[in-house]
Amino acid sequence: MRIELQQRTAPSAIARLLAPVLALAAAFLLGGIVIAAMGRSPLAALDVYVLQPLSDPWALQEMVVKATPLVLIAIGLSFCFRANLWNIGAEGQFVVGAICGSTVALATHGTAAGAWVLPAMLLLGTLGGMAWAGVPAFLRARFGVSEILTSLMLVYVAELILDYLVRGPWRDPKGFNFPQSVTFDEAATLPFLTDGGRLHVGILMALVAVIVAFVVMGHTIFGYRLRVTGEAPRAARFSGFSEPRTTFIVFAISGGLAGLAGIVEVAGQIGQLKPSISPGYGFTAIIVAFLGRLNPFGILLAGLVMALTFIGGEAAQITLRLPFDLTRTFQGILLFCVLGADALVTYRVRLVRGTPAQAAGRAA
Amino acid sequence: MTELDAAAGAGADETGPPLIAMHGITKIFGSLVANDHIDLAIRAGEIHALLGENGAGKSTLVKILYGLLEPTQGEIRWRGEPVRLAGPQEARALGIGMVFQHFSLFENLTVAENIAAAMPPDLSLAEVAAKARDVSGQYGLSVDLDRPVWTLSAGERQRIEIIRCLLQDPRLIVLDEPTSVLTPQEADRLFVTLERLAASGCAILYISHRLEEVRRLCSSATILRAGRVVATIDPRAVSAREIAGLMVGAALHDVVAGRAAAEGTPRLLVRGLSLAPEKAHGQALRDIDLVVRAGEVLGIAGVAGNGQGELFAALSGERLAAAPDVVTIDGKPVGHLGVTERRRLGAAFVPEERLGHGAVPDHRLAENTLLSRHGTGGLVSRGFVLADATRALATRIIETFDVRKEGADPRARTLSGGNLQKFVVGREILREPGVLVVNQPTWGVDAGAAALIRQALVDLARSGSAVLVISQDLDELFEIADRIAVIHAGELSAPEATGDLTRETVGLLMAGAAAPKGTVHAH
Repeated sequence: MRIELQQRTAPSAIARLLAPVLALAAAFLLGGIVIAAMGRSPLAALDVYVLQPLSDPWALQEMVVKATPLVLIAIGLSFCFRANLWNIGAEGQFVVGAICGSTVALATHGTAAGAWVLPAMLLLGTLGGMAWAGVPAFLRARFGVSEILTSLMLVYVAELILDYLVRGPWRDPKGFNFPQSVTFDEAATLPFLTDGGRLHVGILMALVAVIVAFVVMGHTIFGYRLRVTGEAPRAARFSGFSEPRTTFIVFAISGGLAGLAGIVEVAGQIGQLKPSISPGYGFTAIIVAFLGRLNPFGILLAGLVMALTFIGGEAAQITLRLPFDLTRTFQGILLFCVLGADALVTYRVRLVRGTPAQAAGRAA
Repeated sequence: MTELDAAAGAGADETGPPLIAMHGITKIFGSLVANDHIDLAIRAGEIHALLGENGAGKSTLVKILYGLLEPTQGEIRWRGEPVRLAGPQEARALGIGMVFQHFSLFENLTVAENIAAAMPPDLSLAEVAAKARDVSGQYGLSVDLDRPVWTLSAGERQRIEIIRCLLQDPRLIVLDEPTSVLTPQEADRLFVTLERLAASGCAILYISHRLEEVRRLCSSATILRAGRVVATIDPRAVSAREIAGLMVGAALHDVVAGRAAAEGTPRLLVRGLSLAPEKAHGQALRDIDLVVRAGEVLGIAGVAGNGQGELFAALSGERLAAAPDVVTIDGKPVGHLGVTERRRLGAAFVPEERLGHGAVPDHRLAENTLLSRHGTGGLVSRGFVLADATRALATRIIETFDVRKEGADPRARTLSGGNLQKFVVGREILREPGVLVVNQPTWGVDAGAAALIRQALVDLARSGSAVLVISQDLDELFEIADRIAVIHAGELSAPEATGDLTRETVGLLMAGAAAPKGTVHAH
């Protein structure tokens, strides 16, 4: 007995639309089983993870704050994934963006530097992320090295650099030896949208990225170029689109947006550099991109859903004493379900009795 | 011919129920009726042709016969007994074998290993080789079992597929366009094998659109048009022209070729083009020289895999030449320029593969106009795609080249081969390019579409363009080319006026026999 995947002749359009929703439902079901196996009530967990955050204004704000970096990064990744290029290292580009942008904040700390500080931080953060993503792009375009491996490995390099900086040269002398930098001045902090709220202007940047991505992807020759490169590489070559150039551009876009997300996170809601600036946004954003079908508005929605798992995860730690690793597990289950649902839309599963050799033997 | 008739007559079993009979086979995909009450019967020992334009329903019928599709309606009888074919395994178990148009072989394995891969694993390689040797001796399928597949010609590869099929001891063999990749001499050898098979009682379903072959080889033919059987005939008793007429449903017009003006100005010039293969087992190009003049069609004949793809890539700019002046378009050195720049200089290109190279399968036709024309004006403004302009252009191509399709703006993959090819060729010709390079313009295309495409190529040349046609179809080149050169192992022979050449001399050059100077002119 073995399982075969058979390509469907005409995948249903409704199934394609419903796939992410069903994947989400399946992930909740599997998550519930895991929680039950840990001896907690799945219904109580559902309440803490989903229903309470959705009915609490503070948690809703927090959800938007957490969705901001996810959406920014995932929008960038969608450009890569459309072109069938696999930037898995957004987490590293996020960290390097945060480091590069912070140099300005730390250099002007305690001075009267004015309104130029914040734009300079954002610019440097973006450029830093681009440069970090440029390494795998270069290695792939020049030597054909798998960008999946190189971009992933550079994540750990970036994290160690950050760790070194906040424990060494950039450590706050008055910080009781905690591995963290000084708290940024007001000139180096993103303004809030409302007094006393948690929503900062980074949210607007994410929304702009969504709209720009929508226009670029659907209506420009550049978006066309990416889709052709991803769907039919030979046709892309015939079209005169150079693959190395495409590689550089999409890595620059995704790295740049990840870097921007990094500095926005640091200058927006954290206000200083420390080793734990990201709970894994760069990796979670990969799930966001796929859950959102690589569609900018889908990504916006998916970003909010995934942000909810972070909030719910924090709440579950406190009230149900469930480990935060459970949130990671749930995110992993969700990615599996999304990819699985996609496969099932395209392929039909068939159970075949016997091995191929036996079948051939019978025929002979 | 007489030998063949005797052979077919000796093998054919005229009594009792036919080996396989399909009754009232209907297959419906959504709103499309691909097969509409088709009846088809083949007797043991009979070589039966299945003819029809692309999109006529041949592939659907064959897939049903091989268990890949289930009919919506109708029944299949095997030796008079109703059967249900739920999958290829069941078709094979009955004794139905299939030789596909595209080979599925492992390039780096030997012939024997490739054959063993399709056999039960409890047989040793030596046992498989012995069986293969038996079969190949019996049916004249000579192939060296110890050679790696990548060193073999298309004809030899096809023999491996046939041997693999014969080792399953089939009673019915289906061959899909088997001669499309063969030299005339290789095709002749294939026919001998098929005749022997038929004589031994095996039934053969032969799918082709080369009507002369069918008339030579087959004793009966079923002709499909738009999913229906329009006639079941004895192809030997009917002219190729009449058969073609039945296939397209209208009398076919010959291509009006005319003659090229004596000495047009050179528009495409290649001097000393050498190119290393891009991937393992690719073909290197060696010191190729050619000139295509205004007003003429230059044909390049050759067996698949002798450097046609590489030559196309070098001419189109998908791969760059060693120096700018290796390739010249209208006097401008372009060897260092990419595809888009060459297009801007008035060149246009049609690659061999329609799906995935000449068109993006899942993109709609309007979007596919951008593929080759995004850089030559009219479709893109300041980086934004002018969606209305792409739709208008698609409509113009569809109308001018009679592209038949389902729905307003379908995805490329839903078009039949012939119709998509008309679209891809039309997209380039409507630009009125000064230089057009086409690789296999009518490969796998039905007779009606092929005639239309060939006429369009000739008309373009006569309007003053230089047209280079790379083709494996000799009939096509003799029909439209003013001069013909042959590519073999990456080298190009000196072109000769078509009138001075015979199929035999070109066939020999295709097989790699260097033409002693002088003999070419002897005919």
